[in-house]
Amino acid sequence: MITILDIGMNHETAPVELRECIAREPENASLVLASMRELSSIREGLFLSTCNRVEALCVTEEPKEARESVIALLSRLGNVPEADFLSSLFDYKDREAIRHIYRVASSLDSMVVGEPQILGQIKDAYYEATREKTSGVILNRLLHRAFHVAKRVRTETGVSDAAVSISYAAVELAKKIFYDLEGKKVLLIGAGEMAELAATHLMSQGVSAIYVANRTFERAIQLAESFKGRPVSFEEIMTQILEVDIVISSTASTEFIILYDQVKGSMKKRRNRPLFFIDIAVPRDVEPRVNDLDNVYVYDIDDLKGVIEVNMAQRQQEAVKAERIVEEEVIKFEKWLKTLAVVPTIVSLKEKAEAIRKAEIKKSLAGLQELTPAQIKQMENLTVSITEKIINDPILVLKGKAGRSTRDNYIDIMRKLFKLDPDNGEGE
Amino acid sequence: MVAPITLNLALLLILLAAAGFIVYMVKQQKRIYAWSYRLLLAGFVLHTLYLGHQYYTLGVQPVIGMKASLSFFAWAIIGAYLVFHLKFKLMILGSFIAPLAACLMIISTTIPGGEVVVKPSFKSLWLTFHVAISFLGDGLFALAFIAAIMYLIQERQIKKKRLGSFYTRLPSLETLDTINHYSLMYGFPFLTIGMVMGAIYAQNTLGTYWQWDPKEVWSLITWLFYAALLHARIAVGWRGRRAAIMSIIAFLVLIFTFLGASLWLSDYHSFKNLEGGTGV
Repeated sequence: MITILDIGMNHETAPVELRECIAREPENASLVLASMRELSSIREGLFLSTCNRVEALCVTEEPKEARESVIALLSRLGNVPEADFLSSLFDYKDREAIRHIYRVASSLDSMVVGEPQILGQIKDAYYEATREKTSGVILNRLLHRAFHVAKRVRTETGVSDAAVSISYAAVELAKKIFYDLEGKKVLLIGAGEMAELAATHLMSQGVSAIYVANRTFERAIQLAESFKGRPVSFEEIMTQILEVDIVISSTASTEFIILYDQVKGSMKKRRNRPLFFIDIAVPRDVEPRVNDLDNVYVYDIDDLKGVIEVNMAQRQQEAVKAERIVEEEVIKFEKWLKTLAVVPTIVSLKEKAEAIRKAEIKKSLAGLQELTPAQIKQMENLTVSITEKIINDPILVLKGKAGRSTRDNYIDIMRKLFKLDPDNGEGE
Repeated sequence: MVAPITLNLALLLILLAAAGFIVYMVKQQKRIYAWSYRLLLAGFVLHTLYLGHQYYTLGVQPVIGMKASLSFFAWAIIGAYLVFHLKFKLMILGSFIAPLAACLMIISTTIPGGEVVVKPSFKSLWLTFHVAISFLGDGLFALAFIAAIMYLIQERQIKKKRLGSFYTRLPSLETLDTINHYSLMYGFPFLTIGMVMGAIYAQNTLGTYWQWDPKEVWSLITWLFYAALLHARIAVGWRGRRAAIMSIIAFLVLIFTFLGASLWLSDYHSFKNLEGGTGV
């Protein structure tokens, strides 16, 4: 009986220190897969290791042995005694394992639900498994279905719609103001991790130029280099504002740097082209009243946090829908797995029929030497269609029972009736 | 017999499309959108066939009376949307346009038709162009109006920092502003040419270009509103909210010209006269 196992740990079951130990080396995956290949208890295997999870997915006929070997493998990998992490492991079997891998691929099991990276990571892990030849019929199908589920969840639910990080939220907003960020210009005032991250995201959306202003011009030059941007002096900010479309501000200044009257004046010169201020600084750099101006939008850090919170709540709702999709797909896969159980019997039935046919043809042909090749061909065809017709109905019945509880009985009867297992049949 | 069936079928298709577009807005499923769009397109084709048939049998543009005018207006709005769709591919716009057109068509069907009297003076190419071009302009202005409403909804959400469910569904501010801009840019020449043709027609049949009848006066006021808006947009650099509000006001004036001036301020342009046969 084939069993699918998924054993591992994620951000919920294990503390980060433990996960770090086991997921440390990036080249681990191929090592683990190689050891899995050596294990006789594991038929197919896949190893997924990201910063939030370490898990081994495997197909086995001896679940007990397979589980023990996987745990031993993890222990060796992280150099942690088994007893230390056994309590942090999750251990899914069959239906649960299928559901789990679907949920992981659809980013429902992620720390930030809906984050898009995980699908790529699973794809990499699967690629690795195909390269190491540890994935077979079942894992191939399971993973392809998992990618399909992830796609359905992405397109049919809003789980991955909303941005849940500050810098993504800022980019989303920019897109709702400008539509296409290609060709837009950005002014980055000050420095800081979040501001630089936002600038990087904007760059990846195709903004055409980044200007960097800083109190110390040297720092501006330095930053500009890392963004392939242009450094400008702090005094130039107001003239630059006439040119740019998005301003990211993140200075340590205790006073407002950008004032209502200044912006009001420059909007006329800009002919009211929209201007978007992302004010990440605390205390704020942009006078809040600036938001009252037409075609000017100011979002400070609290506003962006507010956006994220709303998005988080929305995601939770959409996740319910996503779970339903996952459940649907789990049932589909189980159905397929069950048909898999009747496949060996069907194959041996076909083989047996073909063997009999071949043997009989050989015997007959020995006595019929004067036949022309065309006649031989005809005889071949005749015997093939007779054997096929005879075994066709039993095969159909068996396929029909694949999903039923009586399946194993039918398999058993079939094997006995057609004597497909020579050893077992002798006693009767 | 075939003609009314064609019209009813067109109405049914457009209603279904409108319902589909609304469901699409809520559910956000592309499949629903694709079907709604096809339904709308099919409805539009049938409607076009119907109008063509009417034109052929009556010998004049089928816009005599309020009933026919509303139906034609709905046709022009959908037409303007379909043309814009080729360029902008804005799916959500349909969720606003299709219900508007469907409403106009329903109102049109509830108005008793009566016998259409086609006077010989109606059979003029100038009149045909006057009516067709004016209505196409109106259709474009309706599009500008819808885009302006969508703009104001979206702008309010972004400004107030309350990003509700419309935030993700509506397109970006710049897109909406661009649609508003182009609808006005293209609509205005249509309105102008339509009016000029009307004047030429009046000269041909009534012997005078301009009679100062209420509809003419209100049309002129509408024209001035749109001229002012276009000037503000192009020369002064108006954009966004202000331009959106102004194009909503201008459209309301246009609707008043269309309905009010025609129904209550009676003169030779009014539908009463057109239907009763005492005018012109």
